[in-house]
This record gives sequence, structure tokens and C-alpha cells, in this order.
Amino acid sequence: MSKQPGSAYPLEKREEKSETHTMTVLVDNEPGVLARVIGLFSGRGYNIESLTVSETEHEAHLSRITIVTSGPPMVIEQIQHQLERLIPVHSVTDLTVKGNPIERELAMVKVAGLGEKRVEAMRLADAFRAQVIDASTEHFVFEITGKQSKIEQFIALMQPLGLVEVSRTGLAAISRGPERM
Amino acid sequence: MSRAMTGAQMVLEALADQGVEHIFGYPGGAVLPIYDELHQQDRLKHILVRHEQGAVHAAEGYARSTGKVGCVLVTSGPGATNAVTGLTDALMDSIPIVCITGQVPTHLIGNDAFQECDTVGITRPCTKHNYLVKDVNQLSRVLHEAFYVARTGRPGPVVVDIPKDIQFAKGEYTGLTNSQHKSYNPRVQGDERAVQAAVELMANAKRPLFYTGGGIVNSGPLASARLRELVRMTGFPITSTLMGLGAYPASDQQWLGMLGMHGTYEANNAMHDCDVMICIGARFDDRITGRVDAFSPGSKKIHVDIDRSSINKNVKVDIPIVGDCAHVLQQMIDAWQAKKPKLDKKALKTWWGEIDRWRARKCLSYRKRDDVIMPQYAIERLYALTRGHDVYITTEVGQHQMWAAQFFKFEEPNRWMTSGGLGTMGYGLPAAVGVQVAHPDSLVIDIAGEASVLMTMQEMSTAAQYDLPIKIFILNNEYMGMVRQWQELLHGGRYSHSYTAALPDFVKLAEAYQGVGIRAEKPSELDDAIKEMIAVKKPVIFDCRVDKHANCFPMIPSGEAHNHMLMGDDLTGEDIENAITEEGKVMV
Repeated sequence: MSKQPGSAYPLEKREEKSETHTMTVLVDNEPGVLARVIGLFSGRGYNIESLTVSETEHEAHLSRITIVTSGPPMVIEQIQHQLERLIPVHSVTDLTVKGNPIERELAMVKVAGLGEKRVEAMRLADAFRAQVIDASTEHFVFEITGKQSKIEQFIALMQPLGLVEVSRTGLAAISRGPERM
Repeated sequence: MSRAMTGAQMVLEALADQGVEHIFGYPGGAVLPIYDELHQQDRLKHILVRHEQGAVHAAEGYARSTGKVGCVLVTSGPGATNAVTGLTDALMDSIPIVCITGQVPTHLIGNDAFQECDTVGITRPCTKHNYLVKDVNQLSRVLHEAFYVARTGRPGPVVVDIPKDIQFAKGEYTGLTNSQHKSYNPRVQGDERAVQAAVELMANAKRPLFYTGGGIVNSGPLASARLRELVRMTGFPITSTLMGLGAYPASDQQWLGMLGMHGTYEANNAMHDCDVMICIGARFDDRITGRVDAFSPGSKKIHVDIDRSSINKNVKVDIPIVGDCAHVLQQMIDAWQAKKPKLDKKALKTWWGEIDRWRARKCLSYRKRDDVIMPQYAIERLYALTRGHDVYITTEVGQHQMWAAQFFKFEEPNRWMTSGGLGTMGYGLPAAVGVQVAHPDSLVIDIAGEASVLMTMQEMSTAAQYDLPIKIFILNNEYMGMVRQWQELLHGGRYSHSYTAALPDFVKLAEAYQGVGIRAEKPSELDDAIKEMIAVKKPVIFDCRVDKHANCFPMIPSGEAHNHMLMGDDLTGEDIENAITEEGKVMV
């Protein structure tokens, strides 16, 4: 009996490039539905980079979940079809496949400080079109909306100026053009 | 249509409307109202098991052998957690089950009440779907939906968790309706263009092969009949997974035997070398594919599956067809007949010639002995001596299961009940109970290992209570045989805890359970003992003492391709040591 040549590495990870995709999942807004979606991701070892959920059609009790996930193309395809298998899921749309979706996130950024740092924080907030939604003589809370890269950049700039904490909504996304997804 | 009644009455009413005749269960505090209703009716027969895991496996055996939905009734807390193994088993093998669990009263949920557990939380990943019913007026709708979800699409287990106050509460019962589900509408018809493309590929094949699975059995007898029609129409060879045995008759010339880790030499080599693979109702499981990057490298692959997520999960295919096997097979038959293809007869003849050469290798041969019963021989004799009977076979998990799959020949679907996906030791005995409940006059045999069967041995008591003459045919080698085989292959023959030093006397054990115990120790005793077992109209434990060191071959070692099989008859000790690469050892 001949042995396999030493080059056989069945456990070797395939050198497939990981892609980041944004998916929109329309579900019945019933108890436990989010646990089903999240449980699917953790149970099957998929990544969740961001997850946003809210009821978007009150009369039909439909919630819209926006998930940002990453993986090789075969895994991305799996994620979509595994989600479609869940009973309360109405539809799953891979917005990244549909092409260039509009993606926005909202963040609230608390910055505390005095003197020149405080003035600089305010100046940068103006430049980023962040709103002041709470303030005292010692702090600001800024509200900023935009692409994730913009929010990341704003937070990074606030870091040396007295950043206290950040609350982010996660990504909401919608396709371009007049059609429903 | 709607009538006022209590939640507990609704459960009985819904089961009757769904045509349920038998339910397997175990009472407890949180389901007492339903048990009280059971006591006051005779439409539905309740089978009292000895452990909730047994209830689910029995329901699985019942479902798999009849094509109906299997029903289970258990209490809250430990009742539900004990059912989890069975539910997971049913999920992995796509068996339709509706499991009703009691729950503590609504106002106590979340309070760590006595016998409370988060049943929907615990069973979420091991069911196709589950429900917690908090409004009695939703109960009938949920129950009917549970049956619909369990049996349609890719079948699976569904849990309905009913708090005790909901069982007492009065509400409106609604019978069956034809309303469509809002979001769940499984597709049965295949895409016609994909079917055409598949038939085109098949028509031009030089080395075609059908690879079928449990999906054919789940789809129903029609799928099996159409599979036979299509396979005979094309003249192509066919192999099947463990779960698909019986969908195509094992006696047929075109049948190559089971494929996969312990499949036949001819089936696995044909998988490796084929140029067109027609996969119907199978899912490219790792026990089938072996090394994925060396899996059937030269073939175009057609994959018919009702579950879209099974397609392109492990192996990328060329023509995916989402649909029910029976429907798609009919579409393929129609397309084939319309096309009247001119087959490449010369190439096909060469292909069959190759297959015949692989067959001539006689991969299932083993050395017969006069002094000790070889396990393979025991199954061969069991098969031969049960001809002429209406036989159903269940198994536990391990070597005996593989030998049963290799040596027992199945001609019809729904005759073979085994735990394929989850590999649940202890499945076979309770499954046999379920099969015998559904087929009281048939010969139901659990081909077992002594280690597996001890895991659910208590169900012998159930068999005794309901006069179920199941036969437990134990291939007793005193080892967890498959564990020992892997330890031999992977761990230098260090048999860590795979030997059971203190086994019960199975003959006495059978008698303790009000059954009959039979023992065979020599090949010369075997036939008479088996005949005696068949003749007894009581539950039997047959202690068949077999060779302690027999291994299950042929075998594709972990991490190897289909064309690198270990054969039973030409191995030296060194071969066995070297058979599995370091990387393969990690896979198991």
C-alpha cells in the first residue's frame, strides 16, 4: 500500500481572500428572532463585524437587520443561504453583491477637557459636521453621522483631546436606486 | 371551525387533526394537564418510554419507517434537556419530529423555578424551529405550523414549549387551514433550465455516476421509484450514502454499494474517477468526501437538494438544482425522454469495464473462521436467515453499524434506520421500539454493539410493557470497536478506556427485562440461534460473541482521497501505523 506524498495537508486553510459584505435580513419581529440570527453566526463560526436591528415596518411587524460580515466567497454564500433557512426570515439581500450600497453609522462621542484642547475638539467637530448634543464647561457630547471611516477618523482625532467614551449604532445600509431590495 | 377548549385539549385536538396515532413520552409536573387529557381519550396511543432520549429516538424510528411525523411529549427542565440528543440526531439526519415540552407557568419563567430550563434557548440550535407559546389562542396555529415545518422542505425536529398555565387556560381552537406561511415556503420544483443543463451533461458523459443520499428516502417512496426509473433509463452506475441505503435496490447490477469512509472499493474509485457526478439528496459530508481538495477531481457535478445551504457548502458544484428529489427526478426523466440522447456507448462500456475490475477486488472479503464468529459472518447469516420476513433494521453506532451497512442488503427505502450525521450511540434500541410500534407484525432488528446498546438499554422495559418483540442483535466484542480501531490506527494500539471490563450477562439482562436472552459463541451455533431469535414473539437480546480484534475495512483513512483505500486483507502492522498522515490524525 502506498502512502500519500508528504504534500497532503488536508487541514491547510485555503488561500482564499476574505471579503467584507453587508447583508440586509428582513425578519418577523418576534421574541427570540435576533438570538436565532446571532446563534447561527456563533454556532457556525461566522464573523459579525457590525449588527444593527430595528423594526422598520410596524404594521407587518417586520424588523430589518443589517449585518456586516467577512469571509471567503464560499462562506459568504453559505451565510446568506443559512440565514434564508431560518423560519422567521423573509429575505436576505447581499447589498455588497448588488453593488455599492449606501452605508451610514451614528456615533455619540464624549470628550472632556479644558483650555486649548477643548477649543480644538470644537473646531474639529465643526470640520466633521458633528453636532453638540450635550455640553458643560468641562465636556461635550458630539453626535456624528457618516461612513464608518469618517467616524473612525473623528474618534482617533478626539483621542488626545480628552476622549471619554463612545457609543455607536452599528451600520445601517440601503441599496442605491429606486427599487426595493 | 373554531371551538373553545383548554390548551391541553387543544394539544390532543391538533394531534388528532394531524393524523397522529402514536406519541412517545414521559410525564412530569409541567405536562400533567396534557397527560390528564390523554387519560380521557382513546384516539391517540401513548407509549411510555424510560428516558426522554429514548422517546425522541423511538419517534425517529417511527418517522423514518413510515414517512410520517414522529411525535414526542416530555416535561419541562430535565425532560427537555434529556430530549436534546434525540433532537440533534433528528436535525442532522433530517427526520420530521414534533416534540411538545411542558414549561413552568408563564409567570415563573425566568425565575429559576423547579424543573425550569430555557427550553427554546437550549433547543434553538438543535431544532429546525421552535416555539414558546404564551397565548392559548395562538396554540392551535403554532401546533399546526409545527407539523407543517417539521415535514416540509428539508424535514427536521420542531419543539413546541407550552407553559402549564397555557395548558389550563381556555381559548379558541382552530383546525387545519390552508393559509400559506408568511416567510417559510420551501421550493419543490427544480429550475427547468438547470434540469436541461444537467441532462445535457449526463447525455454526454463518458464516466457518469449517481451519488444519492437520505434526501431520496425523506422525499418519500415516489422519489425512490423515480430514481430507479432514471437510473435504469440511463444505465449509469449508482452509489449511495449510509442514509440513502434502500432507495435503490442492493441486488441490482447497477448498484456499486455504499460509498465513503467504509464504502466499497468500486463505489469510491468510481467517485474519484467519474466525469459526471449526479448527486441527489446527499450533502457531501466529510465521511463521504475524504480529502476535499482531492475529491473527484475530474468531474462536473450536478447537485439536487431541497436545502439551498447544502449546495456549495463543502464542494463547489457546477449545476445546482434546488428542489424536492421526487419532483426534480420526474423533471429529469421527462427531459431525458424528450431528448432521447445518443449515449457514448463505447466510453460507457469502458467505464463499466473499469468498475468490474474494481468489483473483482472483492473489497468486503474477510477471513472466515471456524473457532470464532467473525462479525461480518454474523451479519451475512442474519441477512440470509431473515429472507422471507418483513424486515426493518436499526443500528447503534460504530463498527457493527458499518458492517450492517456493508453486509445487509436493502431493497426498499424506509427499512434502514441509523444515526448517520450525529453518530448517536444508543440510537438503535429505542428506534427499534418506534419501528415496532409502527409495524407491529414485522421483524424489527437492532444490529447493535454491546457498548452502544447499554446507553439506552432501559428501553427494553418499554418493549416489554407494550409487547414489542424487537430483536437486539449484539455483536459483542467487549470493546468500543470503532474507538479501538482508531486507537490502533492513530495511537499506537494504546487502547485507552475502550475496553469494557465489566459487562452485564446479556442473557440474564434480557430475562430481567421479561424478554428472552440468546447467546452464540461458535459459528456452528449461529444459524440455529438466529432462527430461534426470529421465532420468539418477545423482545430478545441476542449476545453474539464475535472476534474481538476484527476491524472494519475497506477504509479511507482521514485526510486521504477516495482512491487511497485501506483494504482488510493485505495489511501489515506497519501499513496500519503509516496509514494516516499527521494532518489526518487531527481530522478523525
